Amino acid sequence: MDDSTIISVRDVTKRFGSSVLAVNRVSLDIKRGEFFALLGPSGCGKTTLLRILAGFETPSEGQVLIDGDEMEGVEPNKRPVNMVFQSYAVFPHMTVKQNVAYGLRVTRTPKAEIEQRVQQSLARVQLEEMAERKPDQLSGGQRQRVALARALVKSPKVLLLDEPLSALDAKLREQMQIELVHLQQSVGITFVIVTHDQNEALSMADRIAVMNRGDVLQVATPTELYEYPNCRFVADFIGKMNLFDGQVVGVREKQVVVRAGAIASQIGDITIPFADQAEGEVGIAIRPEKVRLNKLEPKEETIRLQAKVKEVVYYGNESHVFLQTESGAAITADMKNSSRHAHAGIVKDDVLWVSWLAEDTLVLTS
Amino acid sequence: MDSWRKNKLAFAVLALPPTAWLVLFFTVPLLIMWLYSFAERGPQGQIYLAVNFANYVRAIEWIHLGIIWKSIWIAAITTAITFAIGFPLAMGIAFAPARWKNILLLLVILPFWTNLLIRTYAWIAVLRTRGFLNFGLEWMHEKLSAFSALIGLPDVMGEFQALELLYNQKAVVIGLVYVYLPFLVLPIYATLEKLDKSYLEASLDLGAGHWRTLFSVTIPLALPGIISGCLLAFILSMGTFLTPALLGGTDSEMIGNLIARQFSSSRDWPFGSALSFLLLYMTFIILWVRASLAGRREEPI
Amino acid sequence: MVRDRSNPLDYTRKTWMRMSMGLTFLFLYFPIVSLIAFSFNNSKRNITWQGFTLRYYEKAFDNAQLHEAFLNSLIVAGISTTVSTILGTMLGLSLHRFRFPAQGPYEGMVHLPIVIPEICMAVAMVAFFATINMPLGLTTITVSHIAFSIPFVAVVIRARMAGFDRSLEEASYDLGANQWQTFWNVTFPYMKPGMIAGALLAFTLSLDDFVITFFTSGPGSTTFPIKIYSMVRFSVTPEVNAASTVLIVLTLALTVIALVIQSRSQAK
Repeated sequence: MDDSTIISVRDVTKRFGSSVLAVNRVSLDIKRGEFFALLGPSGCGKTTLLRILAGFETPSEGQVLIDGDEMEGVEPNKRPVNMVFQSYAVFPHMTVKQNVAYGLRVTRTPKAEIEQRVQQSLARVQLEEMAERKPDQLSGGQRQRVALARALVKSPKVLLLDEPLSALDAKLREQMQIELVHLQQSVGITFVIVTHDQNEALSMADRIAVMNRGDVLQVATPTELYEYPNCRFVADFIGKMNLFDGQVVGVREKQVVVRAGAIASQIGDITIPFADQAEGEVGIAIRPEKVRLNKLEPKEETIRLQAKVKEVVYYGNESHVFLQTESGAAITADMKNSSRHAHAGIVKDDVLWVSWLAEDTLVLTS
Repeated sequence: MDSWRKNKLAFAVLALPPTAWLVLFFTVPLLIMWLYSFAERGPQGQIYLAVNFANYVRAIEWIHLGIIWKSIWIAAITTAITFAIGFPLAMGIAFAPARWKNILLLLVILPFWTNLLIRTYAWIAVLRTRGFLNFGLEWMHEKLSAFSALIGLPDVMGEFQALELLYNQKAVVIGLVYVYLPFLVLPIYATLEKLDKSYLEASLDLGAGHWRTLFSVTIPLALPGIISGCLLAFILSMGTFLTPALLGGTDSEMIGNLIARQFSSSRDWPFGSALSFLLLYMTFIILWVRASLAGRREEPI
Repeated sequence: MVRDRSNPLDYTRKTWMRMSMGLTFLFLYFPIVSLIAFSFNNSKRNITWQGFTLRYYEKAFDNAQLHEAFLNSLIVAGISTTVSTILGTMLGLSLHRFRFPAQGPYEGMVHLPIVIPEICMAVAMVAFFATINMPLGLTTITVSHIAFSIPFVAVVIRARMAGFDRSLEEASYDLGANQWQTFWNVTFPYMKPGMIAGALLAFTLSLDDFVITFFTSGPGSTTFPIKIYSMVRFSVTPEVNAASTVLIVLTLALTVIALVIQSRSQAK
């Protein structure tokens, strides 16, 4: 572990009872000053992992190091991390100011210092005006800021956020995403956020760990995650994906030749740029927005096949076209409605040419 | 909830003192009474510990069985009448406008917060021969007599005879209905309140009338609350002591009074203990039925 | 047919429903209201209204035995409330917080005083105190009252704590507080309205209890309900009405306080 690592999770496993495996041999390093997201469907173990970092759960196996210190046996109140709870957990019987001061008061910080740090923290989340209010006089967004200010006033080495935006309505959520990123940049503290919302993770985090059923499947930047998912689950969980079962029929240098079962009769064996090892059964995938539709056969060097339009669903900014090949394979194409009549010609039962670039095609080995 | 192992010290500090008190001053007394129920009584009321079932056998002798049977009968009639009065009340509250609901509920609960003895005593004042009810009847009788005299009819009304309303089984039933009404109304109200009103609307929409909806939809759906409330009223009535002691006569002694008598004038504690445990067992069986019915109804959901 | 502008499900607006509810409330309130009304009636015979008077209140207040009984009731209720509120809170909290072996039977045991017929508990206490040779008196009454009040307080506390967000405690630990600080700063303030409600319930239960008090009392330990019982067994006097009214007003006032505290804490 080098100096740039603030949290190091090593082979951490958490079992509940004898049958539930919440976290399965997870290892990951979180860098100093990074905005890190734990992303996955509900029940994937992301919240358990976060609570292990905070000290509310004890790992069954493995170890957690925060800033180089082993955390085993360290109680939550002695850890250099603070948490923003999903319910915010703002103390209902204390004013905003008392809430923010609480963490300093219980650790016997001098009065003058408390006063000064609380003011500073409240200013950072623009709540100076609300200092004397009780939580029931605040909106959801304001309560969340209290929770943020209360955690940040402790100057933790890492701020843990458990689904912090899930209780807010859609508009406010988007605004708070931006505010959280700005806040993280200005305080320079490492943020670890748990979320089930891929858009939230993609738009906010520097790096994302995708979890499913207790396993961390991939840790990568948002772009890498979207463009180069390393498995079927990640490909399908982040964004949408046309996925075909296929087989590797040949390997060349930095290329792989695959045969996609359901559409092989039309496109034959295809050659895809691919750096890793691959053999046997694979998934062959293409993002719907990277698929093009044409009435006439395209002339470029692309993968192409013919399919019949089953359904066109209009969403305003884009339309989703659902097609089916003669062999029964389903393909979706997302069309940007970049002008008013961009795709007016596409109607049900049209037979169109579906095409995409070989370099946009993904080969998923697991 | 945490496992007690997670914080043994806190668990011990919290749970031990109240447990100790309850064990010492509740469980142990019950155990002693249980032992007494198998004991023998000496000629002066002394107690010789033994293991015999004579007390229980005595309890089901004809004369005592009659009292037990009467208790069950009075409790059953009380429950039926309480339900007949309580169900419409529960429904009225459940379907009342929101701002009235709490006031009506409070009106139901309020008498429950006044002293049981005083509430029972109030009925003495109402029901006795010189009570409010007889006085009201007498007043009506006078007016009717005066009216018939006025229009020249002969005195057909005769002399007013005060009704014997007190110190009989009817008075006991009235007193019990009065005391246990809230216990029946509240569980029924709670289920009616939680009931999704769109079931009733669906029934009306599909062409059923209000009565049909009541019997085919409302009552079946509210059945858990109805059973719970009725069983509660039943066990409470069956184990009562004060109401028959104050409002009842010689014909309305119930198990509670029989038990009390063994511990006072009769000084036969072993027999009283055995009776007491019979009453307890009956109570437990009904509570168990109530709990298992409640459990079964929750399962499919 | 009269057309009313109610929805089909506004059963409460239907005349027959209103009449039935009205009769039921008449049934519920007529005895108590007439009892209270006639405590002000200037007539010994207690039947016809002879004018307003407070003389039966004066008489009741001058009655030394009533005085003493009332004082006894307050002593018993005061001690019973204090002890049972503390013990009941501990019980409620431990039942709310912990899973432990044999929890089902344990819960059954501690809630038994709520469900068993009062007469059974009363005679069991008599048998118990006789066995340990404890003379019946205010102490035995108080001990029994505490025993049956504990589970009631525990139920109130548990109901209150059911709405408690455990993450408030976690937030407190997370911010650096230890267990003790967390309890006093976070858990206790939340629990307090429940404790007040529980204490008022325990107080009313103790003040109202007749059956268990009657059996566990000895010579010289007459409490208010017992005194009233001995007065009402065979006669109805305006003086008893007055004394009863005082008790009714007292318990109603306590109930109203409890309800106000509860609704205030819910508003928070």
